Amino acid sequence: MQLDEVIRTLGLAVSCAGSSLGREVKGGYVGDLLSDVMANSKEGDLWITRQVHQNIVAVASLKDLAGIVLIQGSEPAPDTAAKANAEGIPILVTDLPAFEIVGRIYKLIHP
Amino acid sequence: MGEALNFERSFDVEGGSFQNAGTVSGQIKAILKDLGVSTDIVRRVAIICYESEINIVSYAKRGTITLAVTDEAVKIETKDEGPGIPDIELAMKEGYSTASAAVREMGFGAGMGLANMKKYSDHLIITSELGVGTCVKMMVMNFQKILHPDLPPITL
Amino acid sequence: MTLKDVKEILEADVLVGNDQMGKPVKTAFAADLMSDVLAFAKPDSLLLTGLTNPQVVRTADILDITAIIMVRGKKPSEETVKLAEELKIPILSTRYILFETSGRLHARGITGCIEKVGGEM
Ligand SMILES: Nc1ncnc2c1ncn2[C@@H]1O[C@H](COP(=O)(O)OP(=O)(O)OP(=O)(O)O)[C@@H](O)[C@H]1O
Ligand SMILES: [Mg+2]
Repeated sequence: MQLDEVIRTLGLAVSCAGSSLGREVKGGYVGDLLSDVMANSKEGDLWITRQVHQNIVAVASLKDLAGIVLIQGSEPAPDTAAKANAEGIPILVTDLPAFEIVGRIYKLIHP
Repeated sequence: MGEALNFERSFDVEGGSFQNAGTVSGQIKAILKDLGVSTDIVRRVAIICYESEINIVSYAKRGTITLAVTDEAVKIETKDEGPGIPDIELAMKEGYSTASAAVREMGFGAGMGLANMKKYSDHLIITSELGVGTCVKMMVMNFQKILHPDLPPITL
Repeated sequence: MTLKDVKEILEADVLVGNDQMGKPVKTAFAADLMSDVLAFAKPDSLLLTGLTNPQVVRTADILDITAIIMVRGKKPSEETVKLAEELKIPILSTRYILFETSGRLHARGITGCIEKVGGEM
């Protein structure tokens, strides 16, 4: 499923890189430890996290992830947003906690 | 009717020792339960205590946590010998952290601890002196008792 | 749903608390940051995490968490297991990643233990 369809269906807010939403979401990865996400996420994953500092953009970019979903109403830090826009890494935000938003994303990509 | 509640005890916390990090908070939680403090207050105090304990372990050489309980409030006061906090306002900001890689690997260092302590206490005062140490005073009020002073005091 | 159902859904190994598999569960919280758990998780929820150190058990104890689900097949240290036994906190280990673990449990009716951030505590 395409990222923009996930965004529309789940009512995610687009915080950064709104022009790069055409990516295919192949799977998902939940994690707040960057070393874990670096090691175990896969290309095309949508990454759900609570971390907001700019290193998340580097990880998403290196691992070629489909985008980042920030949970529980967190917003990207200013330098994170600037970097995400520059590198075309979509950052989406939701008020929901990880478990709840992941449940909904999972259902969309594994109907 | 029992005596009014008035309990106080101090606990030592060793800096750098993740082995025992959290034991003091566990003890304090058990004491509060024994004293018959309401579950909501026990929970809030346990959370602020645990965040404080982890901060002492993560950043200071050593410290103490003092628990004081009356019918009206539970007070937690932490004092540590350590580097101190150069900019308290900045440290209070969610997401600000100087935690080491080792601390982060344990799941701490998100820069949320002080914010949690503020969220779960009714009063919080931080004082700090660079190169000397940090002192955090927190209070969780028993509004039930303050609004209804005629309630019988909790008995020991 | 009980812990036993959770064990089956996740094809999990019970590392601690085999005698507590009858405990009911309705809600869950997924995180790797302990302060995040401390800020938002509710009592009597499942804690799903990629961490395996003893502080996870301490955090679960402070919050009266029903059980810890360790994901990605990571096995806790002996020290972690010992502490969980002492504090009587069940630990289940599943080979699924946190995304899959959360998705499976959610699909079977477990809900997030907070609806939204803000408002009531
Ligand atoms: N007792 C202390 N002594 C010295 N510095 C401290 C102390 N407590 C906190 N700090 C400083 O304040 C920062 C923020 O602390 P806080 O507890 O909010 O977050 P954290 O410990 O970094 O991460 P978390 O608590 O989310 O695991 C710390 O990273 C550290 O720089
Ligand atoms: Mg802290």
